Amino acid sequence: MTSTIEAPRSPYTRSAKKRGLNWEKWGWIYMRVSGVVLIVLIFGHLFVNLMLGEGVSALNFAFVAGKLASPFWQTWDVLMLWLALIHGGNGMRTLVNDYATSRISRGILKVAILLSVVSLIVLGTLVVYTFDACPAGSPADLLPAVCSTL
Amino acid sequence: MPQTAGTLDSQQKTTSRRPAGTLYRGNTGMWSWVLHRITGVAIFFFLLVHILDTALVRLSPEAYNAVISQYQTPIMGLGEVALVGAIVFHAFNGLRIILIDFWNAKYQRVLFYVVIGLWVVTMLGFVPRHLINVFSE
Repeated sequence: MTSTIEAPRSPYTRSAKKRGLNWEKWGWIYMRVSGVVLIVLIFGHLFVNLMLGEGVSALNFAFVAGKLASPFWQTWDVLMLWLALIHGGNGMRTLVNDYATSRISRGILKVAILLSVVSLIVLGTLVVYTFDACPAGSPADLLPAVCSTL
Repeated sequence: MPQTAGTLDSQQKTTSRRPAGTLYRGNTGMWSWVLHRITGVAIFFFLLVHILDTALVRLSPEAYNAVISQYQTPIMGLGEVALVGAIVFHAFNGLRIILIDFWNAKYQRVLFYVVIGLWVVTMLGFVPRHLINVFSE
């Protein structure tokens, strides 16, 4: 019994050159570029939220609202949101292509991935830019320090 | 033959008749790839939940605090160790993949041990401090 496996990285014949964008190539490049940026963004996020001060036990509305009241952290978190969801969604798409064997299951799973990625990007972006760090009527001890100076 | 076993590489040592030992099949190349997929899926599903819980800041301080306090229990504290472990592996192995693609694939094995080494160092920096924060409530 013999089985042959092509040598890795052996050239394969491409179909006649199609016009337009090579989406798979740009997806491949996106995974690497966004991955490098995400290392900086997520390591910074983890360091500020879990390592500095009391770490996870200091997390509450006052901490998060205090951060998100500044344009710096708004930009940081929205960048992280978009880059990570698209990176993760494209990675999940790769797994679906590899492991979902029927055309229908691939279609359903990829639509589900697309819907969750798009809806969470919209939700997260709206939350960052529309939320109120100092909601009226909330007890002052739950609010960030910036609210008392208003 | 035992007397020559020391000179055989892992590809010849196996009793399997199937080909093995290419970049992504068998040994470090395959296992780093498997771990990259498993950690990636785990991080993706955490990300979905994490965006939903953070979105509660839009609702009310009380709602956000009620949910975030669930992240501060001892069991979730251990879960966060696993989560950070997965993220750190995925990050460093991702850099290894980029180096394999753009630099030289022949260093993939030694780069895997560099990834493991950096993972251990990073986790030694994170885990004690995090566990103190979780358990000294």
